[in-house]
Amino acid sequence: MNKSQSIQLDNIVIRFSGDSGDGMQLTGNLFAQLSAELGNEISTFTDFPSEIRAPQGTLGGVSGFQVHVGANKIYTPGDEIDVLVALNPAALKVNAKNLKKGSIVIFDRDSFQPSDLKKANFTTDNPFEELSLSETIQLIPIPLTTLTKSSLENFGFDNKTVLRSKNMLALGLVCWLFNRPLDKAIHFLENKFAKKPQILQANIKVLTDGYNYGENLHLTVSNFVIEKSHEMPKGKYTSINGNKATAWGLIAAAEKAGLQLFLGSYPITPATDIMHELALQKGIGVKTVQAEDEIAGITMAIGASFAGCLAATSTSGPGMSLKTEGIGLAVMAELPLVIVDVMRSGPSTGMPTKTEQGDLLQALYGRSGESPLVILAAPSPDMCFHYAFMASKIALENMTPVILLTDAFIGNGSSLWRLPKLADLPEIQPYYVPSDMENYKVTTRNEDTKIRYWSIPGMKGFQHCNGGLEKDYATGNLSTDPENHEKMVLTRKQKVDNIVKKIPELEIEGNIDADLLVIGWGGTYGHLKSAVDNLNNKGYKIALAHFTYLFPLPANTENVIEKYNKIVVCELNTGQFVSYLRSKIPGKIFSQFNRVQGQPFKTTELENHFISLL
Amino acid sequence: MEETKYLPADFKTDQQPRWCPGCGDYAIFNSLVKTMAELGVAPHETVIISGIGCSSRLPYYTNTYGFHTIHGRGACVATGVKVANPGLTVWQVTGDGDCLAIGGNHFIHSVRRNVDINVLLFNNQIYGLTKGQYSPTTKKGFVTKSSPYGTVERPFRPAELTFGAGGTFFGRLLDVDLKTSQMVMMAAARHKGTSVVECLVNCVIFNDGAHGWLAEKETRDDRIIVLEHGKPMIFGKSKDKGLILDGYQLKVVTIGVNGISENDILIHDAKCKDTFLHTRLALMEGPEMPIAMGVIRDVDEETYEMAMENQINEIKKQSSVKSFDELIDACEQWEI
Repeated sequence: MNKSQSIQLDNIVIRFSGDSGDGMQLTGNLFAQLSAELGNEISTFTDFPSEIRAPQGTLGGVSGFQVHVGANKIYTPGDEIDVLVALNPAALKVNAKNLKKGSIVIFDRDSFQPSDLKKANFTTDNPFEELSLSETIQLIPIPLTTLTKSSLENFGFDNKTVLRSKNMLALGLVCWLFNRPLDKAIHFLENKFAKKPQILQANIKVLTDGYNYGENLHLTVSNFVIEKSHEMPKGKYTSINGNKATAWGLIAAAEKAGLQLFLGSYPITPATDIMHELALQKGIGVKTVQAEDEIAGITMAIGASFAGCLAATSTSGPGMSLKTEGIGLAVMAELPLVIVDVMRSGPSTGMPTKTEQGDLLQALYGRSGESPLVILAAPSPDMCFHYAFMASKIALENMTPVILLTDAFIGNGSSLWRLPKLADLPEIQPYYVPSDMENYKVTTRNEDTKIRYWSIPGMKGFQHCNGGLEKDYATGNLSTDPENHEKMVLTRKQKVDNIVKKIPELEIEGNIDADLLVIGWGGTYGHLKSAVDNLNNKGYKIALAHFTYLFPLPANTENVIEKYNKIVVCELNTGQFVSYLRSKIPGKIFSQFNRVQGQPFKTTELENHFISLL
Repeated sequence: MEETKYLPADFKTDQQPRWCPGCGDYAIFNSLVKTMAELGVAPHETVIISGIGCSSRLPYYTNTYGFHTIHGRGACVATGVKVANPGLTVWQVTGDGDCLAIGGNHFIHSVRRNVDINVLLFNNQIYGLTKGQYSPTTKKGFVTKSSPYGTVERPFRPAELTFGAGGTFFGRLLDVDLKTSQMVMMAAARHKGTSVVECLVNCVIFNDGAHGWLAEKETRDDRIIVLEHGKPMIFGKSKDKGLILDGYQLKVVTIGVNGISENDILIHDAKCKDTFLHTRLALMEGPEMPIAMGVIRDVDEETYEMAMENQINEIKKQSSVKSFDELIDACEQWEI
């Protein structure tokens, strides 16, 4: 097939799908990186089961990695699939409803045998007909298993090892389909398998054979070209997922503040990668403790904060519940602490690998007593870096715990990130006690801002006893005096309320004179932005107000919102942010759009809903 | 370390302790500040972490850095402090409820990690601050407010938990015995690793006389044995009783009777890695056997925080990524 038959595309959504042991995450990641390196915009989405190896070939074991590649700015991993790589019938079935009309399905013919179909609960021998797909899609049957076996016949591998390379054959084929030269893919593999030369050679062989199969053989589809993006500012880029970006934000903040970074954490999906990344960075001097439980994770971090570290703990919903008492202690002790909650579907164990925005009210109100703290929410994978950095800065400069909300979608998903330099980041000045201060007490604070001065064990003359009991405002000694308690409650509140002066104002995107204001927060930004942009391009007048500072809310929140008559608040829960807004701006009418399916929004469903409101 | 640089008063605040009159915590507190003065670590380099309970009020009364945290979590906060700054001397004050019930998990894990903290476990076999419920160390059958017909639970023995978790130091003291208390606290402070010190304290209100059998001065010497490394296990008012091993059991013998001489008496080896004899000693119960006091176990193992420091230093030597900018430079990247 020659290249003159290439088709130009603006963007394309491709999904690699197979068993959870088929290497789909690696394959998808590689493809995304290749595309990014070739100058495309990328956005990725991982969708995998919490079972590590569910029974082979079953619907429950399907693992998927979706990549949206674009010539222009893209904000989401895409609603519908243009190209599906299905390694078994279960992968086809799970993704069938998301296939675009005219999409291409590349499937492993060898894995579509009657016994395979049965495992995926097909009742006939034609799965495409059974899913009513035959008319709408282009099928590319490839004997992936057979090809992989013959590709590796001289390597002397056992059958299991051979079959593990199927994903590389598929990747090679897709690389041909999208004009991705193999040299970069081979470079990635060389890094990944540097210590396993035989596996490296095998992977390169299979990858190349897959590419050549597309080039030379029987394919009757065209291949595609996606132009380089011209919108991105020049610079050095990488592709980063939200959890790694969060970890790096903490590293940058600690170095900027001149502090040791400490993480106390306990393994929990989908937050664990933050701990993995920080545990890896011992060369930078990061200290991590894998604690015996979530409570120990946060209380160790509180101890480290007391001793003068930038301290953080990372978790997800149920772990957040366990940390509640610890967060209360950090509020009462007025210590800096960053708590990262990578939200997942709840309640309880819920759907651990699926996304949701269900922990907002827990973050706002889920503690005993009057315990205000700062809450931020990152809007995209790359921006997790910025918000982890800002969470640290706010914590250290204001002596307060800060909750950073991300979610499974942006935590695992990746986007392009322009690499920063430490020198370009804002300064961080921890609120240390001045060394010449006399008569210091644990409660000594700046009377204007109400920020408590931080003295750290080792500082001579500043010994004190901190703790969870109420303290006297002036002396710092224990107190149950009624007026004093009220004063202390209001002082802690005022300290957090004052932070509003240090956070950016809410910005309106899209059409400012809009007929409809769309409000969102956190990880739904990409979908909301895409939907609003698309509709504005079609002549509708829609504005977007996306919140990343949730407590305190930006100072201009009410002013901005008051201007609009028609407002819809979109969230991946049953309406947590909207109920918070209603309490803050009573009398204002907010409509709401909610999904609680463990999946991100679809841009099209948002667009349809917005049109219906106009 | 410079000795006698500090006085006990240097470690006290102007806050008056507010324990009940006659509470054993006063005696422990006095032994502690004396030990701190003798140890010679400056007050600003000393940290006391506590959880919740009567004993956990102690940090308010010391002129060191202190943190009165939340119920059961003192071990974690102390771990965080020590890992953050291994140069600090860290004490953890906890009670039988705080340490062994709500904080049981953290206790065994801090012992397993061997974080260099000195744990003073105030064991009065009762919940005092919540006004008298049975604790994990309350004797079976004991009547409390939450066990009006006697508790049916089997108690923990702190030494067994410590040894089971791989503990490197276990000592025991009695509140009223100031000399032994200071000796054990000093050994605990000097031990590198988690030092568990079971402090037998009296609760005058809810469990008065729990250790009364030991506390009476006239008979105490016959009822306890103070163990010291390298010394024979001899006890009694007239120093005529000793311990020998009879099969798998310890046995009390009298020197000069049945041909027993001082040479037959066991020599205490606190440094022995094997826990067999340490366990037998720690679990001795009266009236047949004396209760073991002093330093029962004191073995050397690498501490958690130093293992972490060493690993970091080792990796720093090999790694080319030592700063944020180097981390960025080293990542897969491309120019656009």
